[in-house]
Amino acid sequence: MARMNMIEAIRSAMDVKMSQDPDVLVFGEDVGFFGGVFRCTAGLQETHGLHRCFDTPISEGGIMGIAIGMAAAGLRPIAEIQFADYIYPGYDQIASEAARLRYRSNGEFTAPLTIRTPVGGGIYGGQTHSQSPEALFTHISGLKTIIPSNPYDAKGLLITAIEDNDPVLFLEPKRLYNGPFYGDPHAPAVNWSGHDLGEVPEGHYRVEFEKARKIADGDDLTILTYGTMVWVAQAAVNDLEVSADILDLRSLLPLDLESIAESVKKTGRCVILHEATKTSGFGAELMAQVQEHCFYSLEAPIERVTGWDTPYPHAQEWAYFPGPIRVKTAIRKVLEG
Amino acid sequence: MAQKLQGNAKLAKQKKIKTDQDDLTTLYRDMLLIRRFEEKAGQLYGMGQIAGFCHLYIGQEAVVVGMRHAMVEGDQMITSYRDHGHMLACGMSPRGVMAELTGRIGGYSKGKGGSMHMFSVEKKFYGGHGIVGAQVPIGAGLGFANKYLGNNAVSLAFFGDGAANQGQVYETFNMAELWDLPVIFVIENNQYAMGTSVERSSAETELYKRGISFGIEGVQVDGMNVLAVREAGLKAIKHARDGKGPMILEMKTYRYRGHSMSDPAKYRTRDEVKEMRGERDPIDAVKSRLLDEKWADLDSLKAIDKEIKEIVADSAEFALESPEPDPSELYTDVLVEV
Repeated sequence: MARMNMIEAIRSAMDVKMSQDPDVLVFGEDVGFFGGVFRCTAGLQETHGLHRCFDTPISEGGIMGIAIGMAAAGLRPIAEIQFADYIYPGYDQIASEAARLRYRSNGEFTAPLTIRTPVGGGIYGGQTHSQSPEALFTHISGLKTIIPSNPYDAKGLLITAIEDNDPVLFLEPKRLYNGPFYGDPHAPAVNWSGHDLGEVPEGHYRVEFEKARKIADGDDLTILTYGTMVWVAQAAVNDLEVSADILDLRSLLPLDLESIAESVKKTGRCVILHEATKTSGFGAELMAQVQEHCFYSLEAPIERVTGWDTPYPHAQEWAYFPGPIRVKTAIRKVLEG
Repeated sequence: MAQKLQGNAKLAKQKKIKTDQDDLTTLYRDMLLIRRFEEKAGQLYGMGQIAGFCHLYIGQEAVVVGMRHAMVEGDQMITSYRDHGHMLACGMSPRGVMAELTGRIGGYSKGKGGSMHMFSVEKKFYGGHGIVGAQVPIGAGLGFANKYLGNNAVSLAFFGDGAANQGQVYETFNMAELWDLPVIFVIENNQYAMGTSVERSSAETELYKRGISFGIEGVQVDGMNVLAVREAGLKAIKHARDGKGPMILEMKTYRYRGHSMSDPAKYRTRDEVKEMRGERDPIDAVKSRLLDEKWADLDSLKAIDKEIKEIVADSAEFALESPEPDPSELYTDVLVEV
């Protein structure tokens, strides 16, 4: 076992797969020579060669399209979009081509492509470097959407994504790259070296999709969350000293409905957390699923804690971010309800 | 528009290019298959047997047939939604294509793709894409894979004059030239993006020049002359196969029918269409040369026509008899089945 932060774990996943499979290629804006804006691809070009880890022009639509063609012709491309906020010019290719090739080709063609992109706020990026657009992608059938919350899962899930024969969108919560974030921007930074999930095998391992990770085990309520908010949830639960199941969903599509239903039927109360805006966010889907599957077990209305329905603000970043205070308020409300 | 085409000295007369009896007869037959297939598709559409969108290739047959005869085994083709001709030229079965048009289980995509969305791994045909211009970067990705795998294949990305104004086409030009990808961009300039003429949509109407700022060589070709198309295709494909990177071929062509079946065609005059059909038809041109050279007579041409009509009639019969997909097919092939 090695100690890795999430950047190193993600890099290690790509390194392992590039070593195993000559068809795996890594490319994107500044990923080669520069090593990636967050350093996730640092050293891959030196190790695996200029022909396997390379820079592209700033052309997100073109990057996606070229990656799909490569994948349809038998390669396993990993395309990086430097920030999820830049993905929109490539959205047409992802939604209309990558996700649908199989359906409209009678299963003959698919796009075994992995799209990596950093999401979320917490680094004062403002509205074009902080977004969490996961719900725009979970709305698309034929595409898998994955979001890890720690180094161990990040590496195992990314390896599974690269090996998957369908297109996978792999969202990386950038606030978690260096350490868990418990929601207080003024607290001293914590890094992954002191955390169990910062222990990462150096070689190959998979973390399967469609399986939530139980971060905490409890009876009073269920918290459904993913990405950065996993750790904010843990901080809130610890502060309140309540007994909660915290489910880190990890795989949004496909979704581990079984674990969700099992937990909510046990606790009868549910809080949903995400950083993205509320309206039509992924939390709305989770609420609907819980309602459909656990209606007769619910003791209180489900609560959602999310970003506000505004662009991600710069100066008011922490007013937007659904921090521990808002999470605790919601927990109290469902416990009293 | 027709006047403009004729006014172009290079295009005014069909250039006479060396060929022989077998060669020209094959080209004639391939073009005629597309023409008759499309006429039948139009007929079935009129009868309500084909639903939704249906973009016919009539008038443009020389482009895909000429290019197909410049390709070798292993080369790939990808195109937009006006794709029936490309599939037939690739050797895909007329039955499978027609049954996809009628939305039946015997279609290439089990009826789930429809007119615009069909593929064949075997024939290296990568679709059939309904989003204008979206196939262009994918075509370059095929070229990338060829180069990376060292398989010596060249990818042909077809798109229209309308798609030539899409942003992602230029992102693709840049990357294709930057990385010397073996891809040929075939612009089928049929003069109209739906109802908007090239003059009304494009600041530079000579589309073969669109690669200049990327250093991509472009050539304008008489797309109504199948031999000229093949000649240009052979040169361009050799250029790409020799590792010299992409080329652009602008095929000046013309579609006789509407953009799709629901097109009232108010953006052009009947006379314009009539003139193109009467004086520039790619199949008539080959036919008259076959007769002039005494490589065919009216009887032998009639025999070919009969044979093709039978193939097309058989495809239509199959397409009407093949069952509709079972409701359980709705959920197949969304993801890789585990």
